[in-house]
Amino acid sequence: MHIVDRRLNPGGKSLANRQRFLRRVKDVAQRAVRESAREKDIKDLGKDGRVSVPADGVREPRFARQSGTGLHDHILPGNKTYVEGDRIERPPSGGGGKGSGEGGEGSENSEDAFRFVLTRDEFLELFLEDLELPDLAKRRLSVVETEGLRRAGYTISGSPANLALTRTLRNSMSRRIALKRPKPDEIAALEARIAATPSSDPDLPELLLTLSSLRERTKRIPYVDPLDLRYRRFETYPRPVAQAVMFCLMDVSGSMTEHMKDLAKRFYILLHIFLTRRYRHVEIVFIRHTDKATEVDEETFFGSRETGGTLVSSALVEMKRVIAERYDPNDWNIYAAQASDGDNVSSDGPTSTELLRAHILPACQHFAYLEVGDENGPRAGFVEHRTTLWRTYEGLAKTGAPIAMRKVNHRRDIYPVFRELFGRKDARAEAEA
Amino acid sequence: MVGSIIRPTPQRISGSQEPLFTGNDWDFDTIRRIHDACEAEARDLGLSWYPNQIEIITAEQMLDAYASIGMPLFYKHWSFGKHFAQHEAGYRRGMMGLAYEIVINSDPCISYIMEENTATMQTLVIAHAAFGHNHFFKNNYLFKQWTDAEGILDYLDFAKGFISRCEERYGHAAVEAVLDAAHALMSQGVHRYPRKKRPDLASEQRRERERAEHGEQIYNDLWRTLPQKVAGARPDLAAERRKALLELPQENILYFLEKAAPRLRPWQREILRIVRLVAQYFYPQRQTKVMNEGCATYCHYRIMNALSEKGLIGEAAYLEFLQSHTNVVRQPNYNERGYNGHNPYAIGFAMMQDIARIVEQPTQEDRAWFPEIAGTGDAMATLRDVWANYRDESFIAQFLSPKLMREMRLFHVVDDPDESDLYVEAIHDERGYRKMRRSFARQYDVAWLDPDIEVVDVDLTGDRRLIVHHRALNRITLQKDDARRVLQHLADLWGYDAVLKEIDPANDAVLAEHHATARPIFF
Repeated sequence: MHIVDRRLNPGGKSLANRQRFLRRVKDVAQRAVRESAREKDIKDLGKDGRVSVPADGVREPRFARQSGTGLHDHILPGNKTYVEGDRIERPPSGGGGKGSGEGGEGSENSEDAFRFVLTRDEFLELFLEDLELPDLAKRRLSVVETEGLRRAGYTISGSPANLALTRTLRNSMSRRIALKRPKPDEIAALEARIAATPSSDPDLPELLLTLSSLRERTKRIPYVDPLDLRYRRFETYPRPVAQAVMFCLMDVSGSMTEHMKDLAKRFYILLHIFLTRRYRHVEIVFIRHTDKATEVDEETFFGSRETGGTLVSSALVEMKRVIAERYDPNDWNIYAAQASDGDNVSSDGPTSTELLRAHILPACQHFAYLEVGDENGPRAGFVEHRTTLWRTYEGLAKTGAPIAMRKVNHRRDIYPVFRELFGRKDARAEAEA
Repeated sequence: MVGSIIRPTPQRISGSQEPLFTGNDWDFDTIRRIHDACEAEARDLGLSWYPNQIEIITAEQMLDAYASIGMPLFYKHWSFGKHFAQHEAGYRRGMMGLAYEIVINSDPCISYIMEENTATMQTLVIAHAAFGHNHFFKNNYLFKQWTDAEGILDYLDFAKGFISRCEERYGHAAVEAVLDAAHALMSQGVHRYPRKKRPDLASEQRRERERAEHGEQIYNDLWRTLPQKVAGARPDLAAERRKALLELPQENILYFLEKAAPRLRPWQREILRIVRLVAQYFYPQRQTKVMNEGCATYCHYRIMNALSEKGLIGEAAYLEFLQSHTNVVRQPNYNERGYNGHNPYAIGFAMMQDIARIVEQPTQEDRAWFPEIAGTGDAMATLRDVWANYRDESFIAQFLSPKLMREMRLFHVVDDPDESDLYVEAIHDERGYRKMRRSFARQYDVAWLDPDIEVVDVDLTGDRRLIVHHRALNRITLQKDDARRVLQHLADLWGYDAVLKEIDPANDAVLAEHHATARPIFF
C-alpha cells in the first residue's frame, strides 16, 4: 500500500480547460460583463464576476428520450395508500409531481442559463478588451529616458567609498602567501630566541642575519599593495519609461448635482481601472476645480466633498502649470479627460478657449470631454441644449484639435461612452466594416 | 424502512486492543494503521483486491477530479472547464457537498481521500473505497470483460498527449470540433456485446471443409425433387454484401464512423477512437451502480463493525460512522422532499443485508423464493459470488426479495399518454411481487434506458446518405432539439447527409424523422 500526499501538487490542473471554456463563451461572457458593468457600482467591478451564459452556447447535446412522449413506467418507494388498479389523477406537467428526477423532466429545466463566476482578472480582461490610449506610440514612448545604476562586478580603480574590502584583502592574502611574506609570529619567535641566546653562542650572528633578512623581506612585500585594491563597479543601463500622463479634470462646483458628480466619479474610476491595469507606467494627475483648481491625490479626488463656484479656466491653468513643471510635452504623451456639467461663467469662455488652443491642446495627444447631464435628460447623442462649455469645445473640435466629446445622462451610458472614447481604432474600424 | 441497519451495538471486548486513533486528527501513520486494520478485516471477509494507493487531496483537487470524470489525467476540453465551473459554483455556495472519496478502477487501485475528513471518515472511506469498490472492480465480470485496469492510466496518458499534439498541429478549433462531435455521440460509442472475432484464413478453410463434409453426410437425392424458388425473389445480394462489409447494422456509431466515414483524416479517426474507448471503459460502471455501491457500503459496514467490536475504534467514532452511514443509505419516499429517484446506496446496501439474512436466517417465504441460497449459511461466499457474476439488472431481477419490497413499500405506476389517468399497475403484494421486480430490474438495464439507435444503411454508390434508426421503445421519441444537434454532429463527421428515423418497433411506423446536411468543418 502506498500513501501519496497530493495536496502540495500544483493547483489549477483544470486551468487549461477553463481557458478553453472561456474562449468558447467569450462573446457571451463579454456581453454579460458589459451588461453587469452598467448595473453595478463601478468600484465593485470584478469583485463579484458572476456571469450567466445561455445554455445554448455551451450545450452538450446527447440523444436523450423525451419525457412527455410514449409509455413510462415508474417504480416508486413509500406506498401508503394505493392498491393495485388505483387510478391517480395525472399531476400537471406530465408526472413531474412524482419527483423531478423521474423521467428526465429535469433536462428541460436545466436548459436555462448556465451561471459561473469569473475571477477578477478574467473579468477585467474581458471588460477592458479593445481599449487603448489613442496615438500613444507617436512619441518617444519606449525610447530611453533615464538611466539606472546597477552592480556589475569589480574594478581596479574607483572612489574609496566603493572599496570592496573582502575582495581586496583576499587578493592581498594570496599575494602574501605566494611571495612568502614572513608572518609577524615568525619574526617574534626569532627575536625571542635571539634574546634568549647568550651572546657567546656561535649561532648568534647567523640568527641576526636571518632576522634582518626577514625584516627586509617584510618591508619589501607590503601588507596591502595597490595591486590588491578592488572597487565595486556600477554601470548605468537604460531604463525605459512609458512617458504618458493622464490629467483628470473634474468639476466639483455647486452647479454639479449629486447625480452628476456620481457620473463623473464613475467615469474616472473606470478610467483609473483602465489605466492602472493596461499601462504599467502611466502617471495620473488628479485636478479638481471649483472657481479655483488644485492638484490632489487620488483619495481626495474621489472622496472629498468640497464645493464652490465654477471657473473652468482655473483647472486649465493648473494643468498648464503641472505640464510646465513636470511633463515636458516633447517627452510625454499627455492625455486629459475632463468631466463637467458644462456650466461656466460666460466671461471665462474666451479665456478657456485661448488656454486650450494655445497651450493645452497642442501639448495633448487626446483630450476627452465628458459632459454629465441630468438623470431625466435625453440619452447620449441627442444634445438639445448646448452648454457654454460644449459650444466652446465644439468650436475647437471643428478646427481639427484632438478633442472628443460625449454627453452622459445616465450611469448605464458611462461604459458605452467610455468605450467610444477609448476604443481601439482598428477594432472599431473592424466592427464598422 | 432501511432504518433497520442500526443494529444494537454488539458486545465489546473492550480494552482488548488499543484504538487506532483518538479524536479527529490523523497523520500518515494513522492512515497506514487504519489501512492495515481494514486489510485484516477485509481478508476475514474473503475479499480480494488490487494493491491500494491512497492519495490525499484538497477540495480544489477534488473539484478537478470531478471535472475530468474522476480520472487523474485526462485530455483538455472546454466541457470539463464548464463542469468545473458548475461544481465550483455549487460548492462555493454550499449547495453541494463534495464526495469523501473517489476511487479509480486501475491497478494499483487509486483512492482519493479528502484532507478535510476526520480520522473516522478516513477509516470509513478506506473501508468503502480501498476494499469495497476495489474488490468489486477486480472481481465483477463486467469490469473483467470490458476494462483493462492495468492499462487505463497509460492509455489516458497517451490520449492526453495525442490530443495536445493534435492541437499544436491542427489548431485548437479543429480538435475541439472533433471532440464536440465525438462527445455528443459518446453514449452511442460502446460495444454492448463482445464482438465476433474475425475469422482468419485457416479457420475459414476449415469451416468450408466442414460445411462440405456436412453437405455430403446429409445428401439425399430426394431434395432434388423439391420445387425451386421463383427466380425474381432473390435477395438483394449487393445490399447484403455491403451491409456485411460495413458491419451493418451497427449500434456503436463512433466505431462505425472511425472505420467507415469516408472523409475523416487519420488523426480525427484516432480522436474518435479515444473518446470511444473512454466511453467503453465507463460502460460497466453505469451498469453496476447499485451493486458497486451496495458492495462497497456492505463492506465498510462489516469492516467498521468488526473494528468496533475489537475496540479498534472508539464509541464516539462509531457513532460518527453510524451517522454518516445512515445519511448515505437514506431513501426518501416518493412524496417526500428530497426524493430524487432511487438511491443506489440504499437499495444496494439493503439488498446485500437482505441476501445475508436469507442465507443465514431464512423464513419460509425466502426458502420458496430463493431455494439455491436460503439457509446455506455462508453469507460472504454467496455475496462474493453475487458481486462477481451479476450486474444491476440481473441482480435485482434475481435477488430482490418480497420482504424487501414490502419494507420499501414499492409500487408501480404506469404513465400512458393515451389514458387520462396514471394507474397503479402493481404494489407490494402477492400478485405484484414478480411483476414489479421485473419492471424494477428493467429500470436498471442500460439497454432499456438508453435509446436504441443504430446505423442501418448507407448508399455508398449513390448519394452516400447515412440512415440511422431509433427504435422507439414504448413510443418514447427523442428530444427533438438535442436529436437535431447530435445528428448534425453525426452528419459532419460522416461528411454527407444523415437521416434519423424514429420507428415504433411494434408496427414499424415512423414516428419522427430528422435530417442533417454535413457542414464543411472537418474537411
